[in-house]
Amino acid sequence: MSTQPLAAPGRRRLPLVPTAALLLGALYCLLPVAWVLVASTKSGSELFSTFTFLPGSGFTDNVADLTEYRDGVYWKWMANSAFYAGAGALLSTAVSAVSGYALAVYRFRGKETVFNVLLAGVLMPPVILAVPQYLLLAEVDMTDSYLSVLLPLILSPYGVYLARIYAAAAVPADVIEAGRMDGGGEWRIFRTIALPMMLPGLVTVFLFQFVAVWNNFLLPYIMLGDDEKFPVTLGLYTLLQQGSNTPALYTLVITGALLAIIPLIALFLAIQRFWSLDLLSGAVKS
Amino acid sequence: MTRTPRRRAYGVKSAPYAFLVPATVLFLLFFALPIGYAVHLSFRRTEVKGLGLGKGAREEIWAGLSNYTDALSDSELLHGALRILGYGAIVVPVMLGLALLFALLLDTDGLRLRGFTRLAIFLPYAIPGVIAALMWGFLYLPDVSPFLYLLDAMGLPQPDLLDGGPLYLSLANIAVWGGTGFNMIVIYTSLRAIPAEIFEAARLDGCSQLQIALRIKIPMVAPSLILTFFFSIIATLQVFSEPTTLKPLTNSLSTTWSPLMNVYQDAFVNNDIHAAAAQAVIIAVATLALSFGFLKAANSRTKQGDSR
Repeated sequence: MSTQPLAAPGRRRLPLVPTAALLLGALYCLLPVAWVLVASTKSGSELFSTFTFLPGSGFTDNVADLTEYRDGVYWKWMANSAFYAGAGALLSTAVSAVSGYALAVYRFRGKETVFNVLLAGVLMPPVILAVPQYLLLAEVDMTDSYLSVLLPLILSPYGVYLARIYAAAAVPADVIEAGRMDGGGEWRIFRTIALPMMLPGLVTVFLFQFVAVWNNFLLPYIMLGDDEKFPVTLGLYTLLQQGSNTPALYTLVITGALLAIIPLIALFLAIQRFWSLDLLSGAVKS
Repeated sequence: MTRTPRRRAYGVKSAPYAFLVPATVLFLLFFALPIGYAVHLSFRRTEVKGLGLGKGAREEIWAGLSNYTDALSDSELLHGALRILGYGAIVVPVMLGLALLFALLLDTDGLRLRGFTRLAIFLPYAIPGVIAALMWGFLYLPDVSPFLYLLDAMGLPQPDLLDGGPLYLSLANIAVWGGTGFNMIVIYTSLRAIPAEIFEAARLDGCSQLQIALRIKIPMVAPSLILTFFFSIIATLQVFSEPTTLKPLTNSLSTTWSPLMNVYQDAFVNNDIHAAAAQAVIIAVATLALSFGFLKAANSRTKQGDSR
Protein backbone atom coordinates (compact mmCIF):
# COMPACT_ATOMS: atom_id res chain seq x y z
CA MET A 1 0.00 0.00 0.00
CA SER A 2 1.36 3.35 -0.96
CA THR A 3 0.75 6.31 1.25
CA GLN A 4 1.43 8.64 -1.64
CA PRO A 5 -1.54 10.61 -2.86
CA LEU A 6 -2.08 10.61 -6.58
CA ALA A 7 -0.59 13.58 -8.32
CA ALA A 8 -3.05 15.90 -9.93
CA PRO A 9 -3.24 15.16 -13.66
CA GLY A 10 -1.26 17.52 -15.83
CA ARG A 11 1.19 18.32 -13.06
CA ARG A 12 2.85 14.95 -13.26
CA ARG A 13 6.42 14.95 -14.46
CA LEU A 14 8.78 12.04 -14.45
CA PRO A 15 11.03 12.79 -11.49
CA LEU A 16 14.30 12.26 -13.26
CA VAL A 17 16.34 14.48 -10.99
CA PRO A 18 15.37 12.66 -7.75
CA THR A 19 15.99 9.29 -9.39
CA ALA A 20 19.39 10.41 -10.63
CA ALA A 21 20.36 11.87 -7.26
CA LEU A 22 19.38 8.68 -5.47
CA LEU A 23 21.32 6.62 -7.98
CA LEU A 24 24.37 8.75 -7.25
CA GLY A 25 23.86 8.05 -3.53
CA ALA A 26 23.53 4.35 -4.25
CA LEU A 27 26.69 4.46 -6.34
CA TYR A 28 28.58 6.12 -3.47
CA CYS A 29 27.36 3.47 -1.05
CA LEU A 30 28.18 0.57 -3.37
CA LEU A 31 31.60 1.90 -4.42
CA PRO A 32 33.76 0.42 -1.63
CA VAL A 33 31.87 -2.87 -1.84
CA ALA A 34 32.47 -3.00 -5.59
CA TRP A 35 36.11 -2.18 -4.98
CA VAL A 36 36.60 -4.93 -2.41
CA LEU A 37 34.91 -7.34 -4.82
CA VAL A 38 37.35 -6.43 -7.58
CA ALA A 39 40.40 -6.15 -5.33
CA SER A 40 39.85 -9.63 -3.89
CA THR A 41 40.45 -11.04 -7.38
CA LYS A 42 43.90 -9.48 -7.59
CA SER A 43 47.08 -11.25 -6.72
CA GLY A 44 49.56 -9.52 -4.41
CA SER A 45 51.58 -8.07 -7.28
CA GLU A 46 48.49 -6.90 -9.18
CA LEU A 47 47.03 -5.07 -6.18
CA PHE A 48 49.39 -2.13 -6.29
CA SER A 49 50.27 -2.19 -9.99
CA THR A 50 47.05 -2.48 -12.01
CA PHE A 51 44.17 0.02 -12.21
CA THR A 52 41.94 -0.18 -9.14
CA PHE A 53 38.78 -1.40 -10.85
CA LEU A 54 40.49 -3.83 -13.22
CA PRO A 55 39.78 -7.40 -12.10
CA GLY A 56 42.79 -9.61 -11.45
CA SER A 57 43.36 -13.30 -11.76
CA GLY A 58 43.94 -14.49 -8.25
CA PHE A 59 40.60 -14.86 -6.45
CA THR A 60 40.76 -18.60 -5.86
CA ASP A 61 44.43 -18.35 -4.87
CA ASN A 62 43.57 -15.59 -2.41
CA VAL A 63 40.82 -17.64 -0.82
CA ALA A 64 43.15 -20.65 -0.65
CA ASP A 65 45.90 -18.51 0.93
CA LEU A 66 43.46 -17.07 3.41
CA THR A 67 42.24 -20.55 4.32
CA GLU A 68 45.81 -21.76 4.78
CA TYR A 69 46.86 -18.75 6.82
CA ARG A 70 47.76 -20.06 10.29
CA ASP A 71 45.79 -23.29 9.80
CA GLY A 72 42.54 -21.63 8.88
CA VAL A 73 42.31 -19.17 11.74
CA TYR A 74 40.23 -16.90 9.47
CA TRP A 75 37.38 -19.40 9.33
CA LYS A 76 37.64 -19.79 13.07
CA TRP A 77 37.10 -16.01 13.33
CA MET A 78 34.08 -16.22 11.06
CA ALA A 79 32.63 -19.06 13.15
CA ASN A 80 33.28 -17.04 16.31
CA SER A 81 31.52 -13.99 14.85
CA ALA A 82 28.57 -16.16 13.84
CA PHE A 83 28.44 -17.57 17.35
CA TYR A 84 28.75 -14.19 19.14
CA ALA A 85 26.20 -12.54 16.85
CA GLY A 86 23.80 -15.49 16.62
CA ALA A 87 23.75 -16.49 20.28
CA GLY A 88 23.97 -12.88 21.45
CA ALA A 89 21.10 -11.74 19.25
CA LEU A 90 18.94 -14.71 20.23
CA LEU A 91 19.42 -14.15 23.96
CA SER A 92 19.02 -10.42 23.50
CA THR A 93 15.77 -10.86 21.61
CA ALA A 94 14.44 -13.18 24.31
CA VAL A 95 15.25 -10.70 27.08
CA SER A 96 13.85 -7.80 25.03
CA ALA A 97 10.66 -9.76 24.32
CA VAL A 98 9.79 -10.57 27.94
CA SER A 99 10.80 -7.10 29.16
CA GLY A 100 9.04 -5.23 26.36
CA TYR A 101 5.92 -7.34 26.84
CA ALA A 102 5.87 -6.70 30.59
CA LEU A 103 6.31 -2.97 30.06
CA ALA A 104 3.63 -2.78 27.37
CA VAL A 105 0.90 -4.98 28.79
CA TYR A 106 0.94 -4.63 32.57
CA ARG A 107 0.33 -1.72 34.85
CA PHE A 108 2.52 -1.79 37.91
CA ARG A 109 4.38 0.45 40.27
CA GLY A 110 7.66 1.79 39.02
CA LYS A 111 6.96 0.83 35.42
CA GLU A 112 8.06 4.09 33.83
CA THR A 113 11.07 4.29 36.14
CA VAL A 114 12.23 0.83 35.07
CA PHE A 115 11.72 1.75 31.42
CA ASN A 116 13.58 5.05 31.70
CA VAL A 117 16.48 3.55 33.62
CA LEU A 118 16.85 0.77 31.02
CA LEU A 119 16.71 3.31 28.20
CA ALA A 120 19.35 5.49 29.83
CA GLY A 121 21.73 2.60 29.16
CA VAL A 122 21.69 3.62 25.48
CA LEU A 123 23.35 6.89 26.39
CA MET A 124 26.30 5.35 28.21
CA PRO A 125 29.43 5.52 26.11
CA PRO A 126 30.56 1.92 25.55
CA VAL A 127 34.00 2.70 26.89
CA ILE A 128 32.82 3.83 30.30
CA LEU A 129 31.17 0.41 30.41
CA ALA A 130 33.78 -1.69 28.66
CA VAL A 131 36.82 -0.76 30.76
CA PRO A 132 35.20 -1.45 34.16
CA GLN A 133 33.43 -4.49 32.68
CA TYR A 134 36.85 -5.80 31.80
CA LEU A 135 38.23 -5.08 35.27
CA LEU A 136 35.23 -6.65 36.98
CA LEU A 137 35.34 -9.75 34.79
CA ALA A 138 39.06 -9.97 35.50
CA GLU A 139 38.20 -10.19 39.19
CA VAL A 140 36.22 -13.37 38.54
CA ASP A 141 38.76 -14.62 36.00
CA MET A 142 36.37 -14.42 33.08
CA THR A 143 38.19 -12.17 30.63
CA ASP A 144 39.51 -13.63 27.40
CA SER A 145 36.56 -16.00 27.22
CA TYR A 146 33.57 -16.36 24.91
CA LEU A 147 31.27 -15.30 27.72
CA SER A 148 33.15 -12.03 28.27
CA VAL A 149 32.11 -10.87 24.80
CA LEU A 150 28.67 -12.44 24.88
CA LEU A 151 27.24 -11.47 28.27
CA PRO A 152 27.70 -7.66 28.31
CA LEU A 153 25.80 -7.33 25.01
CA ILE A 154 22.69 -9.32 25.90
CA LEU A 155 20.75 -6.46 27.42
CA SER A 156 19.96 -4.04 24.63
CA PRO A 157 18.07 -0.89 25.70
CA TYR A 158 17.08 -0.28 22.09
CA GLY A 159 15.79 -3.86 21.81
CA VAL A 160 13.62 -3.44 24.92
CA TYR A 161 12.31 -0.15 23.54
CA LEU A 162 11.39 -1.72 20.19
CA ALA A 163 9.85 -4.79 21.82
CA ARG A 164 7.69 -2.58 24.03
CA ILE A 165 6.38 -0.65 21.03
CA TYR A 166 5.63 -3.84 19.09
CA ALA A 167 3.95 -5.53 22.04
CA ALA A 168 1.77 -2.48 22.68
CA ALA A 169 0.72 -2.36 19.03
CA ALA A 170 0.44 -6.04 18.19
CA VAL A 171 -1.03 -7.65 21.30
CA PRO A 172 -4.61 -6.46 21.98
CA ALA A 173 -5.61 -6.30 25.64
CA ASP A 174 -8.81 -8.31 25.09
CA VAL A 175 -6.83 -11.23 23.66
CA ILE A 176 -4.83 -11.42 26.88
CA GLU A 177 -8.03 -11.03 28.87
CA ALA A 178 -9.60 -13.94 26.92
CA GLY A 179 -6.54 -16.04 27.65
CA ARG A 180 -6.97 -15.35 31.34
CA MET A 181 -10.66 -16.27 31.19
CA ASP A 182 -9.62 -19.61 29.73
CA GLY A 183 -7.50 -20.07 32.82
CA GLY A 184 -4.09 -19.63 31.21
CA GLY A 185 -1.23 -18.56 33.44
CA GLU A 186 0.60 -15.34 32.64
CA TRP A 187 3.68 -17.11 31.28
CA ARG A 188 1.56 -19.42 29.15
CA ILE A 189 -0.39 -16.48 27.73
CA PHE A 190 2.85 -14.76 26.86
CA ARG A 191 4.38 -17.83 25.25
CA THR A 192 1.43 -19.16 23.28
CA ILE A 193 -0.58 -16.02 22.48
CA ALA A 194 1.53 -12.87 22.69
CA LEU A 195 4.85 -14.18 21.39
CA PRO A 196 3.53 -15.25 17.96
CA MET A 197 1.83 -11.86 17.60
CA MET A 198 5.06 -10.05 18.38
CA LEU A 199 7.12 -12.16 15.99
CA PRO A 200 7.62 -9.66 13.10
CA GLY A 201 8.87 -7.08 15.57
CA LEU A 202 11.12 -9.61 17.24
CA VAL A 203 12.70 -10.53 13.91
CA THR A 204 13.66 -6.86 13.66
CA VAL A 205 15.11 -6.84 17.17
CA PHE A 206 17.07 -9.99 16.33
CA LEU A 207 18.49 -8.50 13.15
CA PHE A 208 19.35 -5.23 14.83
CA GLN A 209 21.20 -7.03 17.60
CA PHE A 210 22.85 -9.44 15.18
CA VAL A 211 24.30 -6.51 13.27
CA ALA A 212 25.27 -4.68 16.47
CA VAL A 213 27.20 -7.68 17.82
CA TRP A 214 28.70 -8.67 14.47
CA ASN A 215 29.93 -5.09 13.98
CA ASN A 216 31.19 -4.65 17.54
CA PHE A 217 34.88 -4.05 17.84
CA LEU A 218 35.57 -2.27 21.11
CA LEU A 219 34.38 -5.02 23.47
CA PRO A 220 36.28 -7.96 21.93
CA TYR A 221 39.27 -5.65 21.43
CA ILE A 222 39.32 -4.99 25.16
CA MET A 223 38.26 -8.43 26.43
CA LEU A 224 40.16 -10.88 24.25
CA GLY A 225 43.82 -11.75 24.02
CA ASP A 226 43.74 -15.22 22.49
CA ASP A 227 43.20 -14.88 18.74
CA GLU A 228 41.46 -18.26 18.58
CA LYS A 229 38.48 -16.50 20.18
CA PHE A 230 38.55 -13.35 18.01
CA PRO A 231 35.53 -12.32 15.98
CA VAL A 232 36.28 -11.56 12.35
CA THR A 233 36.38 -7.77 12.85
CA LEU A 234 39.16 -8.06 15.41
CA GLY A 235 40.93 -10.74 13.39
CA LEU A 236 41.00 -8.60 10.26
CA TYR A 237 42.23 -5.65 12.30
CA THR A 238 45.21 -7.62 13.63
CA LEU A 239 45.90 -8.90 10.13
CA LEU A 240 45.89 -5.34 8.78
CA GLN A 241 48.22 -4.28 11.56
CA GLN A 242 50.71 -6.96 10.63
CA GLY A 243 50.22 -6.00 7.00
CA SER A 244 52.02 -2.71 7.54
CA ASN A 245 55.19 -4.79 7.93
CA THR A 246 54.29 -7.56 5.51
CA PRO A 247 52.35 -6.10 2.56
CA ALA A 248 51.74 -9.64 1.28
CA LEU A 249 49.07 -9.87 3.97
CA TYR A 250 47.08 -7.04 2.33
CA THR A 251 45.52 -9.35 -0.24
CA LEU A 252 44.47 -11.63 2.62
CA VAL A 253 42.92 -8.68 4.48
CA ILE A 254 40.97 -7.62 1.40
CA THR A 255 39.74 -11.11 0.58
CA GLY A 256 38.85 -11.57 4.24
CA ALA A 257 36.90 -8.31 4.26
CA LEU A 258 34.88 -9.41 1.26
CA LEU A 259 34.07 -12.83 2.72
CA ALA A 260 33.12 -11.19 6.02
CA ILE A 261 30.52 -8.85 4.54
CA ILE A 262 28.85 -11.48 2.36
CA PRO A 263 26.97 -13.26 5.20
CA LEU A 264 25.41 -10.05 6.50
CA ILE A 265 24.34 -8.86 3.08
CA ALA A 266 22.91 -12.32 2.36
CA LEU A 267 21.09 -12.30 5.69
CA PHE A 268 19.53 -8.93 4.93
CA LEU A 269 18.34 -9.98 1.50
CA ALA A 270 17.03 -13.32 2.76
CA ILE A 271 15.09 -11.92 5.68
CA GLN A 272 13.72 -8.94 3.77
CA ARG A 273 10.55 -10.90 3.04
CA PHE A 274 9.74 -11.14 6.74
CA TRP A 275 10.86 -7.72 7.63
CA SER A 276 10.48 -4.14 6.54
CA LEU A 277 13.25 -1.61 6.97
CA ASP A 278 10.73 0.81 8.42
CA LEU A 279 10.25 -1.38 11.49
CA LEU A 280 13.79 -0.51 12.51
CA SER A 281 12.75 2.96 13.57
CA GLY A 282 9.88 1.59 15.64
CA ALA A 283 7.14 2.33 13.14
CA VAL A 284 4.14 0.08 13.63
CA LYS A 285 1.10 0.01 11.40
CA SER A 286 -1.94 0.38 13.59
CA MET B 1 -4.73 -1.90 29.19
CA THR B 2 -5.31 -4.93 31.32
CA ARG B 3 -7.79 -5.11 34.11
CA THR B 4 -6.99 -7.46 36.93
CA PRO B 5 -9.49 -10.33 36.99
CA ARG B 6 -10.62 -11.70 40.34
CA ARG B 7 -9.07 -15.09 39.80
CA ARG B 8 -5.28 -15.33 39.59
CA ALA B 9 -4.99 -11.76 40.79
CA TYR B 10 -1.78 -12.61 42.57
CA GLY B 11 -0.18 -14.07 39.43
CA VAL B 12 -1.10 -11.03 37.37
CA LYS B 13 0.35 -8.70 39.95
CA SER B 14 3.68 -10.42 40.27
CA ALA B 15 4.02 -11.42 36.60
CA PRO B 16 5.52 -8.15 35.28
CA TYR B 17 8.20 -8.21 37.96
CA ALA B 18 9.04 -11.81 37.11
CA PHE B 19 9.21 -10.93 33.41
CA LEU B 20 11.60 -8.10 34.18
CA VAL B 21 14.01 -10.20 36.26
CA PRO B 22 16.45 -11.07 33.42
CA ALA B 23 16.70 -7.47 32.23
CA THR B 24 17.13 -6.19 35.77
CA VAL B 25 19.86 -8.68 36.65
CA LEU B 26 21.74 -7.94 33.41
CA PHE B 27 21.34 -4.21 33.95
CA LEU B 28 22.74 -4.38 37.46
CA LEU B 29 25.67 -6.61 36.47
CA PHE B 30 26.70 -5.05 33.18
CA PHE B 31 25.52 -1.43 33.41
CA ALA B 32 25.05 -0.25 36.99
CA LEU B 33 27.94 -2.13 38.56
CA PRO B 34 30.56 -1.14 35.93
CA ILE B 35 29.46 2.50 36.04
CA GLY B 36 29.66 2.52 39.82
CA TYR B 37 33.03 0.79 39.69
CA ALA B 38 34.37 3.30 37.17
CA VAL B 39 33.28 6.20 39.37
CA HIS B 40 34.84 4.47 42.39
CA LEU B 41 38.14 3.91 40.57
CA SER B 42 38.23 7.48 39.35
CA PHE B 43 38.48 8.73 42.94
CA ARG B 44 41.36 6.44 43.86
CA ARG B 45 44.96 5.88 42.93
CA THR B 46 47.62 3.28 43.58
CA GLU B 47 50.40 4.20 45.93
CA VAL B 48 53.69 2.41 45.66
CA LYS B 49 55.43 1.72 48.95
CA GLY B 50 59.17 1.39 49.14
CA LEU B 51 60.57 -0.11 45.98
CA GLY B 52 57.17 -1.29 44.84
CA LEU B 53 58.21 -4.93 44.96
CA GLY B 54 56.45 -7.84 46.56
CA LYS B 55 52.95 -8.27 47.84
CA GLY B 56 51.30 -5.33 49.54
CA ALA B 57 53.75 -2.91 48.05
CA ARG B 58 50.98 -1.38 45.98
CA GLU B 59 48.04 0.00 47.79
CA GLU B 60 44.90 1.67 46.53
CA ILE B 61 44.16 4.90 48.33
CA TRP B 62 41.68 7.75 48.13
CA ALA B 63 42.75 10.29 45.58
CA GLY B 64 40.02 12.89 45.77
CA LEU B 65 39.65 14.81 42.56
CA SER B 66 43.30 14.49 41.54
CA ASN B 67 42.56 12.07 38.68
CA TYR B 68 40.02 14.54 37.37
CA THR B 69 42.31 17.55 37.58
CA ASP B 70 45.03 15.47 35.89
CA ALA B 71 42.67 14.43 33.13
CA LEU B 72 41.40 17.97 32.56
CA SER B 73 44.94 19.30 32.32
CA ASP B 74 46.05 16.42 30.07
CA SER B 75 46.78 18.17 26.79
CA GLU B 76 46.44 14.95 24.77
CA LEU B 77 42.88 14.42 26.01
CA LEU B 78 42.06 18.05 25.29
CA HIS B 79 43.52 17.86 21.80
CA GLY B 80 41.64 14.63 21.23
CA ALA B 81 38.44 16.37 22.26
CA LEU B 82 39.14 19.24 19.84
CA ARG B 83 39.91 16.79 17.03
CA ILE B 84 36.62 15.02 17.71
CA LEU B 85 34.70 18.30 17.70
CA GLY B 86 36.19 19.18 14.33
CA TYR B 87 35.45 15.71 13.03
CA GLY B 88 31.89 15.83 14.42
CA ALA B 89 31.30 19.25 12.89
CA ILE B 90 31.81 17.59 9.50
CA VAL B 91 30.14 14.23 10.13
CA VAL B 92 26.87 15.19 11.79
CA PRO B 93 25.64 17.94 9.40
CA VAL B 94 26.77 16.14 6.25
CA MET B 95 25.42 12.76 7.28
CA LEU B 96 22.03 14.06 8.44
CA GLY B 97 21.78 16.50 5.53
CA LEU B 98 22.28 13.64 3.10
CA ALA B 99 19.92 11.39 5.08
CA LEU B 100 17.18 14.04 4.96
CA LEU B 101 17.79 14.75 1.28
CA PHE B 102 17.65 11.08 0.33
CA ALA B 103 14.56 10.50 2.49
CA LEU B 104 12.75 13.42 0.80
CA LEU B 105 13.81 12.18 -2.63
CA LEU B 106 12.61 8.66 -1.82
CA ASP B 107 9.27 10.22 -0.92
CA THR B 108 8.85 11.80 -4.37
CA ASP B 109 5.90 10.67 -6.48
CA GLY B 110 6.53 8.35 -9.40
CA LEU B 111 10.13 7.66 -8.48
CA ARG B 112 11.95 4.94 -10.39
CA LEU B 113 14.14 2.29 -8.72
CA ARG B 114 12.87 3.24 -5.26
CA GLY B 115 13.45 -0.21 -3.75
CA PHE B 116 16.91 -0.61 -5.22
CA THR B 117 18.25 2.81 -4.22
CA ARG B 118 16.78 2.55 -0.73
CA LEU B 119 18.43 -0.81 -0.15
CA ALA B 120 21.75 0.25 -1.69
CA ILE B 121 22.01 3.39 0.45
CA PHE B 122 21.08 1.36 3.52
CA LEU B 123 23.63 -1.37 2.76
CA PRO B 124 26.62 0.19 4.62
CA TYR B 125 24.65 -0.24 7.86
CA ALA B 126 25.31 -3.98 7.59
CA ILE B 127 29.07 -3.48 7.22
CA PRO B 128 31.19 -3.34 10.39
CA GLY B 129 32.97 -0.05 11.05
CA VAL B 130 36.29 -1.87 11.04
CA ILE B 131 35.70 -3.30 7.58
CA ALA B 132 34.34 0.03 6.30
CA ALA B 133 37.47 1.79 7.57
CA LEU B 134 39.62 -0.93 6.04
CA MET B 135 37.96 -0.68 2.60
CA TRP B 136 38.07 3.12 2.51
CA GLY B 137 41.58 3.06 3.93
CA PHE B 138 42.78 1.16 0.87
CA LEU B 139 40.83 3.51 -1.38
CA TYR B 140 42.79 6.38 0.18
CA LEU B 141 46.19 4.73 -0.34
CA PRO B 142 48.13 6.47 -3.13
CA ASP B 143 48.94 3.22 -4.99
CA VAL B 144 45.38 1.96 -4.98
CA SER B 145 43.10 4.99 -4.82
CA PRO B 146 40.91 5.52 -7.89
CA PHE B 147 40.28 9.15 -6.80
CA LEU B 148 43.97 9.98 -6.82
CA TYR B 149 44.27 8.09 -10.11
CA LEU B 150 41.58 10.30 -11.64
CA LEU B 151 43.17 13.47 -10.26
CA ASP B 152 46.48 12.35 -11.68
CA ALA B 153 44.92 11.60 -15.06
CA MET B 154 43.47 15.11 -15.10
CA GLY B 155 46.85 16.55 -14.23
CA LEU B 156 45.73 17.83 -10.85
CA PRO B 157 47.78 17.61 -7.64
CA GLN B 158 47.11 14.59 -5.47
CA PRO B 159 46.50 15.38 -1.81
CA ASP B 160 47.61 12.91 0.83
CA LEU B 161 44.23 11.62 2.01
CA LEU B 162 45.71 10.18 5.19
CA ASP B 163 47.39 13.28 6.56
CA GLY B 164 46.57 16.76 7.87
CA GLY B 165 43.25 18.34 6.94
CA PRO B 166 42.26 15.69 4.36
CA LEU B 167 42.61 13.05 7.09
CA TYR B 168 39.61 14.59 8.87
CA LEU B 169 37.61 14.47 5.67
CA SER B 170 38.71 10.89 5.04
CA LEU B 171 37.65 9.79 8.50
CA ALA B 172 34.42 11.80 8.31
CA ASN B 173 33.63 10.19 4.96
CA ILE B 174 33.77 6.73 6.53
CA ALA B 175 31.27 7.75 9.21
CA VAL B 176 28.99 9.50 6.70
CA TRP B 177 29.10 6.48 4.42
CA GLY B 178 28.25 4.13 7.28
CA GLY B 179 25.52 6.19 8.95
CA THR B 180 23.53 7.94 6.23
CA GLY B 181 21.40 4.93 5.29
CA PHE B 182 20.16 4.16 8.77
CA ASN B 183 19.22 7.78 9.45
CA MET B 184 17.59 8.01 6.05
CA ILE B 185 15.33 5.08 6.95
CA VAL B 186 14.34 6.69 10.27
CA ILE B 187 13.44 9.98 8.55
CA TYR B 188 11.75 8.26 5.60
CA THR B 189 9.58 6.25 7.97
CA SER B 190 8.31 9.34 9.70
CA LEU B 191 7.74 11.04 6.32
CA ARG B 192 5.47 8.19 5.30
CA ALA B 193 3.49 8.56 8.51
CA ILE B 194 2.29 12.04 7.49
CA PRO B 195 -1.40 11.82 6.52
CA ALA B 196 -1.91 12.09 2.78
CA GLU B 197 -4.71 14.67 3.11
CA ILE B 198 -2.21 17.32 4.14
CA PHE B 199 -0.37 17.03 0.82
CA GLU B 200 -3.67 16.96 -1.04
CA ALA B 201 -4.66 20.28 0.53
CA ALA B 202 -1.28 21.83 -0.18
CA ARG B 203 -1.41 20.68 -3.77
CA LEU B 204 -4.85 22.17 -4.28
CA ASP B 205 -3.40 25.42 -2.98
CA GLY B 206 -0.83 25.18 -5.78
CA CYS B 207 2.25 24.17 -3.84
CA SER B 208 5.05 22.57 -5.82
CA GLN B 209 6.78 19.40 -4.68
CA LEU B 210 9.73 21.46 -3.51
CA GLN B 211 7.51 23.81 -1.50
CA ILE B 212 5.71 20.83 0.03
CA ALA B 213 9.06 19.35 1.00
CA LEU B 214 10.39 22.55 2.56
CA ARG B 215 7.25 23.88 4.22
CA ILE B 216 5.36 20.74 5.21
CA LYS B 217 7.54 17.65 5.18
CA ILE B 218 10.65 18.99 6.93
CA PRO B 219 8.76 20.68 9.79
CA MET B 220 6.63 17.57 10.25
CA VAL B 221 9.62 15.24 10.57
CA ALA B 222 11.44 17.61 12.94
CA PRO B 223 11.05 15.23 15.91
CA SER B 224 12.82 12.39 14.10
CA LEU B 225 15.49 14.82 12.86
CA ILE B 226 16.12 15.85 16.46
CA LEU B 227 16.33 12.21 17.51
CA THR B 228 18.80 11.29 14.77
CA PHE B 229 20.86 14.37 15.67
CA PHE B 230 20.90 13.33 19.31
CA PHE B 231 22.13 9.81 18.58
CA SER B 232 24.60 11.00 15.96
CA ILE B 233 26.25 13.33 18.47
CA ILE B 234 26.62 10.47 20.94
CA ALA B 235 28.03 8.11 18.31
CA THR B 236 30.44 10.72 16.98
CA LEU B 237 31.94 11.56 20.34
CA GLN B 238 32.63 7.88 20.87
CA VAL B 239 34.42 7.19 17.62
CA PHE B 240 37.00 4.49 18.17
CA SER B 241 37.11 1.61 15.70
CA GLU B 242 37.50 3.64 12.49
CA PRO B 243 40.59 5.66 13.51
CA THR B 244 42.01 2.58 15.25
CA THR B 245 41.66 0.59 12.03
CA LEU B 246 43.16 3.32 9.85
CA LYS B 247 46.15 3.70 12.16
CA PRO B 248 48.29 0.96 10.53
CA LEU B 249 47.93 2.75 7.18
CA THR B 250 49.25 6.15 8.24
CA ASN B 251 51.66 7.75 10.66
CA SER B 252 49.41 10.77 11.18
CA LEU B 253 46.98 8.98 13.47
CA SER B 254 48.35 8.85 16.98
CA THR B 255 47.31 6.23 19.51
CA THR B 256 45.48 9.02 21.33
CA TRP B 257 43.73 10.57 18.33
CA SER B 258 40.25 10.39 19.86
CA PRO B 259 39.41 10.68 23.58
CA LEU B 260 38.28 7.05 23.71
CA MET B 261 41.59 5.93 22.24
CA ASN B 262 43.26 7.94 24.99
CA VAL B 263 41.22 6.07 27.60
CA TYR B 264 42.18 2.75 26.06
CA GLN B 265 45.81 3.75 25.98
CA ASP B 266 45.81 4.74 29.65
CA ALA B 267 43.89 1.69 30.80
CA PHE B 268 45.67 -1.05 28.88
CA VAL B 269 49.00 0.28 27.68
CA ASN B 270 49.99 2.60 30.53
CA ASN B 271 48.13 0.42 33.04
CA ASP B 272 46.72 3.46 34.83
CA ILE B 273 43.13 2.36 35.30
CA HIS B 274 42.39 5.23 37.67
CA ALA B 275 43.29 7.90 35.14
CA ALA B 276 41.37 5.95 32.49
CA ALA B 277 38.31 5.73 34.72
CA ALA B 278 38.33 9.48 35.42
CA GLN B 279 38.64 10.22 31.69
CA ALA B 280 35.84 7.80 30.87
CA VAL B 281 33.58 9.52 33.42
CA ILE B 282 34.45 12.94 31.99
CA ILE B 283 33.70 11.76 28.45
CA ALA B 284 30.39 10.27 29.57
CA VAL B 285 29.37 13.46 31.37
CA ALA B 286 30.46 15.65 28.44
CA THR B 287 28.56 13.42 26.01
CA LEU B 288 25.39 13.56 28.06
CA ALA B 289 25.71 17.32 28.61
CA LEU B 290 26.23 17.98 24.90
CA SER B 291 23.48 15.69 23.69
CA PHE B 292 20.93 16.77 26.29
CA GLY B 293 21.88 20.41 25.81
CA PHE B 294 21.10 19.96 22.15
CA LEU B 295 17.82 18.22 22.96
CA LYS B 296 16.78 21.03 25.27
CA ALA B 297 17.69 23.73 22.77
CA ALA B 298 15.81 21.88 20.05
CA ASN B 299 12.74 21.45 22.24
CA SER B 300 12.51 25.09 23.26
CA ARG B 301 12.93 26.06 19.61
CA THR B 302 10.04 23.78 18.63
CA LYS B 303 7.83 25.11 21.40
CA GLN B 304 8.49 28.68 20.30
CA GLY B 305 7.54 27.67 16.79
CA ASP B 306 4.30 26.13 18.04
CA SER B 307 3.18 29.20 19.93
CA ARG B 308 3.64 31.44 16.97
